[in-house]
Formats: sequence, C-alpha cells, structure tokens
Amino acid sequence: MIYRENGQFKTTYKTDQQIFPILQDRWAVLVLIAFAFVGIPLLVDEYMFRAILIPFLILSLAALGVNLLVGYCGQITLGAGAFMAIGAYAAYNFAIRIDGMPLLGALLLGGFTSALVGIIFGVPSLRVRGLYLAIATLAAQFFWDWAFLRIKWFTNYSTSGSVSVSNLEVFGWSLDGAVDKYLFCLILLVVFALLAKNMVRGAIGRQWMAIRDMDVAAEVIGIRPMYAKLSAFAVSSFIVGVAGALWGFVHLGSWEPAAFSIDRSFQLLFMVIIGGLGSIMGSFFGAAFIIVLPIFLNQFLPWLGGLAGLSISVATVSHIEFMIFGALIVFFLIVEPHGLARLWSTGKEKLRLWPFPH
Amino acid sequence: MKLRKLALTASLAAIGLSSALTAYAQAKEQFFPVLVYRTGAYGPNGTPWANGYVDYLKLVNARGGINGVKLSFEECEFGYATDRGVECYERLKGKHGGGTVFQPLSTGVTFALTEKAAVDKIPLITAGYGRSESQNGAVFTWNFPLLGTYWVGADVLIQHIAKKEGGYDKLKGKKIALVYHDSPYGKEPIALLEERARMHGFNLQLLPVAHPGVEQKATWLQIRQNRPDFVLLWGWGVMNSTSLKEAQATGFPRDKMYGIWWAGAEPDVKDVGDGAKGYNAVALQHGAEPNSAVVKEVLEKLHGKGQGTGPKEEVGSVLYMRGMISAMLGVEGVAQAQTRYGKGKVMTGEQVRWGLENLNLDQKKLDAIGFAGVMRPVQTSCLDHMGSSWARIHTWNGSKWEFSSDWYQADEKVIRPMVMLTSAKYAEEKKITPRTPEQCKQ
Repeated sequence: MIYRENGQFKTTYKTDQQIFPILQDRWAVLVLIAFAFVGIPLLVDEYMFRAILIPFLILSLAALGVNLLVGYCGQITLGAGAFMAIGAYAAYNFAIRIDGMPLLGALLLGGFTSALVGIIFGVPSLRVRGLYLAIATLAAQFFWDWAFLRIKWFTNYSTSGSVSVSNLEVFGWSLDGAVDKYLFCLILLVVFALLAKNMVRGAIGRQWMAIRDMDVAAEVIGIRPMYAKLSAFAVSSFIVGVAGALWGFVHLGSWEPAAFSIDRSFQLLFMVIIGGLGSIMGSFFGAAFIIVLPIFLNQFLPWLGGLAGLSISVATVSHIEFMIFGALIVFFLIVEPHGLARLWSTGKEKLRLWPFPH
Repeated sequence: MKLRKLALTASLAAIGLSSALTAYAQAKEQFFPVLVYRTGAYGPNGTPWANGYVDYLKLVNARGGINGVKLSFEECEFGYATDRGVECYERLKGKHGGGTVFQPLSTGVTFALTEKAAVDKIPLITAGYGRSESQNGAVFTWNFPLLGTYWVGADVLIQHIAKKEGGYDKLKGKKIALVYHDSPYGKEPIALLEERARMHGFNLQLLPVAHPGVEQKATWLQIRQNRPDFVLLWGWGVMNSTSLKEAQATGFPRDKMYGIWWAGAEPDVKDVGDGAKGYNAVALQHGAEPNSAVVKEVLEKLHGKGQGTGPKEEVGSVLYMRGMISAMLGVEGVAQAQTRYGKGKVMTGEQVRWGLENLNLDQKKLDAIGFAGVMRPVQTSCLDHMGSSWARIHTWNGSKWEFSSDWYQADEKVIRPMVMLTSAKYAEEKKITPRTPEQCKQ
C-alpha cells in the first residue's frame, strides 16, 4: 500500500534513468545511508563495530568488486583473495617506502597495482571461458600466495613474514577508534558502490553484460571483447585491491598471507553467488550472510541452549554452526538460485501488488 | 512460500532474541576470557591445553579464589583462524567487568592482538610462543612471552644437539633441516637458527610446509635427497604426526628429530606409536607430569567430584600441563597485583600487567601451589617479560614422554642482541619510545 508508484510520472529522460526511479526507494536508501552514518555510531557498541560491522563493510566492498567481474561480465574468478593480497601488500609497501605517503594515497595506489596485475591475469580470459578461466585465475591465487610468503622484499624483510601498520590518519583524522574506522570504511564503500552502480548502468556495464550473455553476439554488434573483458578485470581488481588494503590496514592491523588465502577467494565467490550474481545489492546481502551468520549462530546457540537449560560446549556449538550454515546455503540456493538479491526484488514486486496479489 | 515465511520469521525472531543476550556473571569476580580451539585441524592439540587451562581456573576457585576473589571464565572457540580469534577477543574483552588477561595460543592471533592489547590495556600472555622479541618489556609493554620463546626453544635444541655431538666445533659442516609450518609461527626460529649457523658453521636447510601440513611428500623427498644430520620440526596439530609418519616412510632416524614444544605432545605421536619412538622435543618448563602435586589435586578436587573439564586420563599430559601452567601464570599475576593494589579486590588489566611484570615465583611459592618439580622458579621484571629461559628435552619412548636431558638455559649472549635489535626496529616502525628504567619503577 505504501510501496506504490502510482502518480509518480516521469516527464524527462533524466528522471526515468536515475538510479532509484521510485520515490520510496530513493527515500529508503537515503534513510538507510543516513542511519548508517549517524544512527549506528550512536547505537552500537565496540564489539559490533570491530567484529561485525567493519569486516562486513570491507568484505561487501570486495564482494562488490568480484560481482562486477563474475556477475556482470561473466568471467569466473577464483583469484579474488590474491587481488586483495596484492592491494594490501602494495599499499603496505607504498606506505613504508615512500616517506609521508598519506593513507588514502597508499590505499588507492594499492588498488591501482591490483588493477594492473588484474589486467595481466585477465589476459587468459580472451582465450578461455568458464571453468577453464576459473583455473587460470586460480594460478593467480597460488602465485601470489607463494610470492608474499617467499619474496622477502614484499614484507620488508620481516623475520616472521607478518607485516603490520599503525598510526592510521586521513587528513588529520586519526583512525584509532572503532567508530572512526567504521566511518572511514563506510565512506569508501558508499563512494565505490555509487561508482560501481553508475558504471554498470552506463555504456561500459552494458558491454560487460553483453559479453556475459553471449560474447560472439556482442562482438558482432561492435563490442570489443578484449577491451570489455580487460576493463572488467581492471575495475574489479581495483575495488578488490582497495578492499584488501582496508582489510589489512583498518581491520587486521597486522597480517600474513594466510589472511588472503584460497579460502578467502572461495568466500568471496560464495558471497556473490548467494547474494545474487549481477546485482550490487546482492554483494551486500552475500557479505552479510557469510560474515554475520556464523558469528550470530556461534552466540545464539549457547543462548538458545541456556533457555532450554542445556549448556552446550563451545566445540559442539562450532560443529552445529558449520552444519546450520551449510544447510542454510543449500536451502537458499534451492529456494532462490538467483540469490538473496532476487528474493529481495521478488519481495518488492509482491509489495507493489499487495494486498491484491495475482 | 510458507517455508520461506517461516524462515523469515524465525530469523527475525532470532535476531531479536540475540540482542537480549546479556552478561550474567556478578561483579567481584576476576574474569578470565579463554580463547580455545577444540575443533578444526589443530583441535586435537588445542583441546588438552584448553582443558588444563580451565581446570586450573576451577581449581583456584575450589581453593577459595585469589585471596577470596573468585574467578569466572568464558570460552570462545576460534578454530585457530586469526580473524575469528580477533572476533573472540573483541567479544570477550569487555565482558563481566573486563578481561583480565588473554592467552590466544596462536602466533597469528598474537601478532594481530599485539597492538589491540595496548589500546585496550589488557596484558597478553604468550607463554612459549608469539613474537620472540616481545620479551623486551621496554618496547612490548603488554606482551608477556613467559617461560621462553621460539628463540629460546631453538637455542636449547642447538645446545642439546651440540652436546650430543660432543661440542659446538663438531657441528661444523653438519646439515640441519628445519621443517616448519609456513606461517609466522614456523618462521620465528629462522633468525636465531641462522645466527647459530653462522657461529658454528653448520648448514641450515629451510623446508616450509603449507597449512595444515598433511601434504609433506615433497618435503621429505628433499630430506631423502639431502640427507640432513638432524631435522628440527616446527609443526602444529596434524602436521606433526604427518611428519613423523613421513620420517618413518623415508627411513629418517626419529632420534635425530627434534620438535619445538608445539610438536612434542601426546596427540602428535600417539597415532604413530612405536614409529615415533626416540623422537625428541623441547619442553619449555612443562612436560608430562602425572605424579605432580597439582595434578593429584585436580584429580581429587575436580575429577573426583565430576567437575573436571576433559577426560580424566588426559590430566597430567604434556599439553594439559601447558594449559595449567599458562593459567597459573595469569592467576599468579593477579595475585601479585593484589599485593600492591589491595588484597581481595578485582584487578584491572593495568594492575595485572604490573603483577605480571613483578612476578616472582620462587621454589617455596611453586611448592605451595603444587608445581614442585614441574617447573623452575620464574622472575620477571619490567625489562624482561620472559622470566626464565630454562628448558629440557623430552623423548617419546613409544608409550609416553620422558625427560631425557638435564636443564638447559638459552644463551643470553646470542638471544639478547637479537631481541634488542628486532624490538628496536619494531619501536621505530611503530613510533614507540621504549620505557626507561625510571619509568619502570612507577
């Protein structure tokens, strides 16, 4: 009843083509962003920030990057973890080797380095497709895992192979507190999400989608596959790289290559698949599902057991957590193979028709 | 559709309920957060440690607490994953009036927490692991690698090998291979071993093994080709038993294999049984002590009343003792802090830090708490956060671990300069001004 667009007439192309053509959507998103900036810092405690919200924001950003490549351009990648690692280590090296390098500069340069490497590792996509491409990108994962473990220069000859950063500062704004870190990640996420959304709505995004749907047909209508595919690799790697740098700098503070292992690549791919391929919104849903759900189950189960008068050992909880988590993935994939984002848009459709569904 | 609605309602209800989760322990209790991993690839080793840790806390309560202050504790399972470990730390640090001390039992988590602990003002005890240079309390104010570090372990192992061979000069030209877990944990001893290799002219071969360490065929092929005289094993969990099985298959003599304490407990060798006979490991003050006073007390006061944490047979095993000693160090830190800040009061993290820095466990004290014969006296100071660098070697005889050497002390002349150098580098990177002896007196 509330969610209805009756009477909202679009008289210009501009109004018809805006990101959220429906007034209610526009307001909902604005309220949501305002709440994220103002409401959450007032309501939430430090644990929520450090353990849940900051990882959620950063991995949403990474999932967004992966979604551009996998969901919009149709190029399967298993190397997302490697590109996060490249972003993190490149940013680290820029930060320590160049005196007075600002944090934001280091992060963006980390992203650019990752984009460059992404283009190089994207070259096989011009020849191979689908699962074969997944294997080719897997090579990136293993190569960079190896490089950051073995080539001492990347870790500034640290004896243990673990690097760390501290005293983060952006334009005099010191990122020590959990709230500061959260806001910093949120700003970057909003900026990148907006850029990504506009990119996929524009010419370049349409090229990606054309390539995804049928690359021969796309080539026939004049889209250059090389340009389209490599630009998807570059943009995706850039965003993933920035997310990796944030993960290292802002979330972990000190990290080793294991933080960006093959598990991370799979995790990001699952986020995109569960959240919804080819949907910006889906990246957020997927990240929330993968990050928040296990932690939630881990704390919810002992509490539930406590209600029933049972004390469940932490080991059992962790086993049950894995089982429920796995079962839920299967459940969602069966109920809605197109991901949580599709569930969301189906919900919106139903709301528009409510209370007279057909 | 119905199913979907049900799922939606259930998850919404769950979210609502979980926000109602509240702390339940009363004040006036000293809260010990316990980071454990009872599951995952390293679970078999993490479990006895956790059981020992929790049992000792229960034992202190059974004894009447620390000067009357009872202990409360809560476990958090992180499966040896660094990010989940950090999440556990964030979850527990503020609960029940604040965490007293954290002992992550993971080098990766230690690295991640080193800076967070300083901000939150909670001491980090990393008994026998973590950053080796963190023994320098002037720079690492909040880290306590009590009872030795990887450098101590590596140093003692080289001393023991030299003694067996009949002097350091005999090490010249020998080949020593380090089979290590490819993580900060496994890489820690390399710096010291390289230093020792320079001093004595032995040849150090580095053989990394990727997590979790079940795939070692290539590593042991290299060992078969290079024929090192000794193998040092820096593994954890399933990696250790795999190494021993590979050694058996390769025909590498097990009595020429030496493990760090993480690679020297029952779960590592039990599966291999006789195949691991003769395998040695360094024990940083702990070992299988089924006959010690504190073990008898646990059996009587906890297991006798059905309040023990793990299986009864495990009490007194190597990692169980490690857990007990770790918990004891934290508890004694609190007790020491109480002597200054008021007996019978709950101590804050900052006060406990002072207690840990002024820890003085002499023989009399150790006898009183049941650790006679289990470990040597420990004394820390503001500049020395390690307290003791004594260790023994124990050997697996096919059915149990037995001590096979006298006590060794790590060579300060080798370790101290390295500690000063690396900690100075750390201080410079982090812009930390090391504490002066005057500041220490406060």
